[in-house]
Amino acid sequence: MFRFFLSRLALLIPTFIGVSIVAFSFIRLLPGDPIMLLAGERGMTEERYQQLRALYGFDQPLVMQYFTYLTDLLQGDFGTSIVTKRPVLQEFLTLFPATLELSLCAILLAIIVGVPVGIIAAVRRGSWLDQSVMGTALVGYSMPIFWWGLLLIILFSGILQWTPVSGRISLLYYFPSTTGFMLIDSLLSGQDGAFRSAVSHLVLPTVVLATIPLAVIARQTRSAMLEVLGEDYVRTARSKGLPPLRVIGLHALRNALIPVVTTIGLQVGVLLAGAILTETIFSWPGIGKWMVDSVFKRDYAVVQGGLLLIAAIIMIVNLIVDLLYGLINPRIRH
Amino acid sequence: MKTKTFAAALLAATMLSGAASAKTLVYCSEGSPEGFDPALYTAGTTFDASSKPVYNRLVQFEPGTTNTVPGLAESWEISDDGLEITFKLREGVKFHTTDFFTPTRDFNADDVLFSFERQLKEDHPYHAYVEGASWEYFNGMSMPDLIKSIEKVDNLTVKFVLNRPEAPMIANLAMDFASIFSKEYADQLAESGNQSDLNQKPIGTGPFQFVAYQPDAVIRYKAHPDYWAGKQPIDDLVFAITTENSVRQQKLLAGECHIMPYPNPADIESLKANDALKVDEQEGLNVGYLAYNTKQAPFDQTEVRKALNMAINKQAILDAVFQGAGQAAKNPIPPTMWSYNDEIEHDPYDPEAAKAMLEEAGVTDLSMKVWAMPVQRPYNPNARRMAELIQEDFSKVGVDVEIVSYEWGEYLERSKAEDRDGAVLLGWTGDNGDPDNFLAVLLGCDAVGGANRAQWCNEEFDALIQKAKTLSTQEERAELYKEAQVVFKREAPWATIAHSIVHMPMRKEVTGYKMDPLGGHAFEGVDIAE
Repeated sequence: MFRFFLSRLALLIPTFIGVSIVAFSFIRLLPGDPIMLLAGERGMTEERYQQLRALYGFDQPLVMQYFTYLTDLLQGDFGTSIVTKRPVLQEFLTLFPATLELSLCAILLAIIVGVPVGIIAAVRRGSWLDQSVMGTALVGYSMPIFWWGLLLIILFSGILQWTPVSGRISLLYYFPSTTGFMLIDSLLSGQDGAFRSAVSHLVLPTVVLATIPLAVIARQTRSAMLEVLGEDYVRTARSKGLPPLRVIGLHALRNALIPVVTTIGLQVGVLLAGAILTETIFSWPGIGKWMVDSVFKRDYAVVQGGLLLIAAIIMIVNLIVDLLYGLINPRIRH
Repeated sequence: MKTKTFAAALLAATMLSGAASAKTLVYCSEGSPEGFDPALYTAGTTFDASSKPVYNRLVQFEPGTTNTVPGLAESWEISDDGLEITFKLREGVKFHTTDFFTPTRDFNADDVLFSFERQLKEDHPYHAYVEGASWEYFNGMSMPDLIKSIEKVDNLTVKFVLNRPEAPMIANLAMDFASIFSKEYADQLAESGNQSDLNQKPIGTGPFQFVAYQPDAVIRYKAHPDYWAGKQPIDDLVFAITTENSVRQQKLLAGECHIMPYPNPADIESLKANDALKVDEQEGLNVGYLAYNTKQAPFDQTEVRKALNMAINKQAILDAVFQGAGQAAKNPIPPTMWSYNDEIEHDPYDPEAAKAMLEEAGVTDLSMKVWAMPVQRPYNPNARRMAELIQEDFSKVGVDVEIVSYEWGEYLERSKAEDRDGAVLLGWTGDNGDPDNFLAVLLGCDAVGGANRAQWCNEEFDALIQKAKTLSTQEERAELYKEAQVVFKREAPWATIAHSIVHMPMRKEVTGYKMDPLGGHAFEGVDIAE
């Protein structure tokens, strides 16, 4: 198992270098000059323009710029935002816990609801239950997130007034951030009602962000279960007279889980993409919106650094998924 | 119902914190500040969160107007040759006392020198205190060319020596980049090696003092107890950062905030109709225009430009593009600006006459490009749609239009070229309320190949605006600017399209809010009725 872990880990290094090249060149391929954007309608003199290019190091040949970037990176320096003049890593670390908290809640919701729903649909294949679950999943899968989020806000926050409109916690609560995770911080603060407020703020964004992964997981679980339920060993288990719950829960589900775990792992990318819109709608202070804004402003350091950090997270999650495979299916280890 | 819950929760919270009847104003702001040192940045959102609440300037804009009034300077004198401005500073002004800084002295001349010299002098310890500090506004307003020196005459007197007389200088010093910082605080930070905190934990003399900032979420301030102009009626000011305008609106309706900027134009009527709300409105200090390239045939002929101006149906543009939140423009400066020449008449909308004028000028089968900006700006909420309407209008007079667009940075750059093909949709939002900031920046001979997108250099016009720059009384200057507007109208280098109207919805209990014609959002003097 340890060797398996090491071999997977070694694969990460070339991937990481590849991502750094892509991240570096991607933003530079887009037309638009960050300095010109900074100047806006006012513009600036050629002399001033050249001065600023030198200040930000854009006057160097691209290869040199990449080399400098890589050298800084190896020293843990992700660069400084041209817009806010703050270190990229510092900005990322401030905002990332919010995205992580929301994504974890969303993926948990998607798994807790998606897997059982998929199993039930598979077991009751062809029934009205199956059809309505799959119909709903299809709708969920194709849901335009932005519209869906606004719709939920108007219904639950505007008309019914059950949930707050946006933000992470009511403005009435104020305590220093200890962990960056509002659920934990609000508990630590000891302020009456703070945790409840944090939970109520999480409900709608979690539902919105979980919508697509939930639909995908439910569909994947259903089809994986259907496949497994038709296998000989399941029939054998049934014919041995094992109770249906044991057949489904132990024999079928364990084997059906492999593609489901893969799917869940792949949802990390989907979650981060979905977080961009969800965070915008719910004014959720995470990295999604931060990245989008930086693309529009051609904030090279932020786009590069942000992409790299996000890629690193996705790679780590994939590594964990790979390791989980090993646990679920020992054959993969070899 | 929700309002009651909000009020009850607010009450509970104030009881929790032990502060009896603390008044909190919640502003649903549209974005995060880039930092808290206004001189480093150019975005209005940043100024709203930094210079407006936390800092003062020597000279300030009177709330709700573009008139300059004394701020941290009680008075000033300009020498006869216009080269020296001497400021008498206000005595006994206190900087904020917070958990990260306790001032030991009042505001004085050293603070003024520090605030400007850090931007002016490359060897100043704070010139490059954050990576990439470029002092964009200070440079954009030509301060390095303009300022020869800044001298401390005594503790409460500062003299600015200029390289040339510049009437708009006083207005420039009321701009956000000219905010006054505490030298004592900066020195303390330098000693402890935390210079960058100057941009993250601001200390000023302004009406509100900084408490905390959670990026992309919330900024908290409290009223400065020793503010030189008196303590504010509210105790706490909170910026709830809410970037999506429909969400801001929901928060306002739900009572989660008291006031919000930039509503969706389509929603203004329903907001006005809501009993719990009121909507203030004001003409924005901006202009949206179509700049012909006056160096290229046939747009080098005044008659052609005038004919095309007459072919544009501005009312249709106001209805479709501005959805009521705009007014037709006839001058290159907005009506709220001093020296606006109201005697000038609008170009009549007359396609028939326009067609005849074009024929008379010998222009037939004309094809041209119209450039549409790829972004939304206050002076032009939808340039693509505007370009399509103009295309339709021009086709009625026999002119074939091709619409082109580029990425925004590219657009700004390419549109400056003197040999540019086509007319460009663009606009401008005023920085300091001075007509020079429109007329010289956008139409002066010096700006050809730069911000003068019409590439228009008219000697008569230029002589008027150059002379106006050297005069010191507003009346004398206004006369020249009025004349310059007549020349502009006669020569028609642009089709002036519209000035936007800015709306500010707020809850009815908010009192004393004054809309800033310069587009900022400041809460000095604002109260919440019980």
